[in-house]
Amino acid sequence: MEILVQNINKRFKEFVALDDVSLPIKSGELIALLGPSGSGKTTLLRIIAGLEFADSGTIILNGKDANQQSVKERNVGFVFQHYALFRHMSVFENVAFGLRVRPKETRPSKAIIREKVMNLLQMVHLEMFHDRYPSQLSGGQRQRVALARALAVEPTVLLLDEPFGALDAKVRKELRHWMRKLHDDMNITSIFVTHDQEEAMEVSDRLVVMSNGRIEQVGTPADVYHTPANSFVYDFLGNYNEFAGVKDEDGVVHLTEVDVEKSASTTEKSGWLHRHPEIEKIMAKIAPSKTLDHAESLPAAEIVAPKQLVGQKVTLFARPHEMIVTKTPDANEYIIAKVMHINPAGPLVKIDLERLNGRPLQAEIPKNVLDDLNIKKFDTVFVRPKETKLFE
Amino acid sequence: MRIPLLRQHSVLPGFGLAMGWTLFCLAVVVLIPLSGLFFKTATMTGEAFWQTISSPRVINAYKISFGIAFAAALINAFFGLIVAWILVRYTFPFKRIVDAAVDLPFALPTAVAGIALATLYAPQGWLGKPLAELGIKVAFTPLGILLALVFVGLPFVVRTVQPILEDLEKDVEEVAASLGASRRQIFCRVLLPQIFPALLTGFAMSFARALGEYGSVIFIAGNLPNVSEIIPLLITIKLEQYDYTGATALAVVMLLASFVLLLLINILQKWSSRQ
Repeated sequence: MEILVQNINKRFKEFVALDDVSLPIKSGELIALLGPSGSGKTTLLRIIAGLEFADSGTIILNGKDANQQSVKERNVGFVFQHYALFRHMSVFENVAFGLRVRPKETRPSKAIIREKVMNLLQMVHLEMFHDRYPSQLSGGQRQRVALARALAVEPTVLLLDEPFGALDAKVRKELRHWMRKLHDDMNITSIFVTHDQEEAMEVSDRLVVMSNGRIEQVGTPADVYHTPANSFVYDFLGNYNEFAGVKDEDGVVHLTEVDVEKSASTTEKSGWLHRHPEIEKIMAKIAPSKTLDHAESLPAAEIVAPKQLVGQKVTLFARPHEMIVTKTPDANEYIIAKVMHINPAGPLVKIDLERLNGRPLQAEIPKNVLDDLNIKKFDTVFVRPKETKLFE
Repeated sequence: MRIPLLRQHSVLPGFGLAMGWTLFCLAVVVLIPLSGLFFKTATMTGEAFWQTISSPRVINAYKISFGIAFAAALINAFFGLIVAWILVRYTFPFKRIVDAAVDLPFALPTAVAGIALATLYAPQGWLGKPLAELGIKVAFTPLGILLALVFVGLPFVVRTVQPILEDLEKDVEEVAASLGASRRQIFCRVLLPQIFPALLTGFAMSFARALGEYGSVIFIAGNLPNVSEIIPLLITIKLEQYDYTGATALAVVMLLASFVLLLLINILQKWSSRQ
């Protein structure tokens, strides 16, 4: 079913939960609403479901204005983070609820209800547990019951509010793959809310990044990850390192780490290799064969000159896996940093670094690169971002 | 020696310090006075006992006591649930004051309540007069007893149901609505089964309180033998005539009957909360 969200506004007293939000959703899509808590994603989901009503704006479900429809009439399946199972009913009764409450004329016969419920339970692999009560099930099983219950009424839209938020990491992963498969098999439109970017990236066709009641970006996971629309999206999608830079009069950005407002003395502490006065001593200590000349082989004009300090201050970003770590700097500019911690678990080795100005840096490098480098804790290394992003 | 915080209990009870102390207190406060009641009654002959408890006036008093207490508890269960529901779900001016006022029947000396009700509903009273014109007599009739018992029993239901209503998850109602249930279906199929055990407890407490109520009833009941005379009053009358064994005989029957009824309600409650 096609869903059109048009210019939705919603306030809770002074708090603006949704600020002129518009979002078209195609039939059959799996959409993730991603954002930190308080970003309005759950409110948007609840407004689409009809559990909440917008102050202004329209929701159009399958070409029909849904503003006048109650949750009962919208034919949506809703799944809550904390399952919201009926505690006094067995698993079977929970799933059958939506069919049992239908008016007499449209209510299926007992035999058909039984068959349907058992089919659904089979689909969620819980047919063995049909006479258990919710309190006798694990979290993952409860959420599967909640899903089966929502699907029993054959909804055209499935809305899930942080469906895996209360589950442990392993079950989360299993369940989200299973949900993706279910979505494809059922030929249904699904929207799920999450604050976990990994979950949103892995499962959704398109994801909607929200903050402060507004949509920051809508796109496929690849789009959003590789070409984030702004610094908020970039920030939200993963760890990153931040570098200060200045733009000179010609519009060229220099990674300087010069604090424009403060005096030039902070520059000396920044640890930016080309500007560091103690560079010779450090070089002699770490890499005796390298000379300062080698490290400073850039044309003198590229070294931060006083005129650039008056330029526009900018912030550049780079992901930890976009960092190059070396013990022997080449012609490029490098940042000097001290290794504070190495976490070798996982496909990429995570290295926590500290710059000379005390700011932390994170780098992720392949295990074999680490082995070649032979880095230990408290070693001094040279770091450089392979690529950076600038948001203006 | 290592002692786990929550010890597994042995099959034979009664030997732990905690258990022994609990039973001791229970015995001093409840069991010994009650067994005194049985001993005193045992001094009667079987025939005298039977005559005392089966005289028509006594039988009628039992009917009135149990019947009206039961009716009052039913009314309380219904209105108490509504009051609790409104206190939990709605906001209105002076809500806190209304909430506190629910407890008044707990604190008020019941005789005061009885006198107030009797004055209010007497044929010349503020409410009694217009009601009398409509042909409804409240004071000095069984209806008056019912009114007094509803008054003293209401807070029991409200205070047992209220915390349960506060704990109900909003999610569960919303999910039921999204599955197509109407408001009535949500209440009957989703909410009521969760409230029901607490409602039964409130009903039982209100019923028990109504059975033993004396102060508020005697002022409004009129105390006509066979019509509006309750068992506690009969017991008092016997005591005033120095017929101690007769009084204890009535008390024993009352005690056993109440015990059986409360036990039944308890079993029903256990059963319903297991569902």
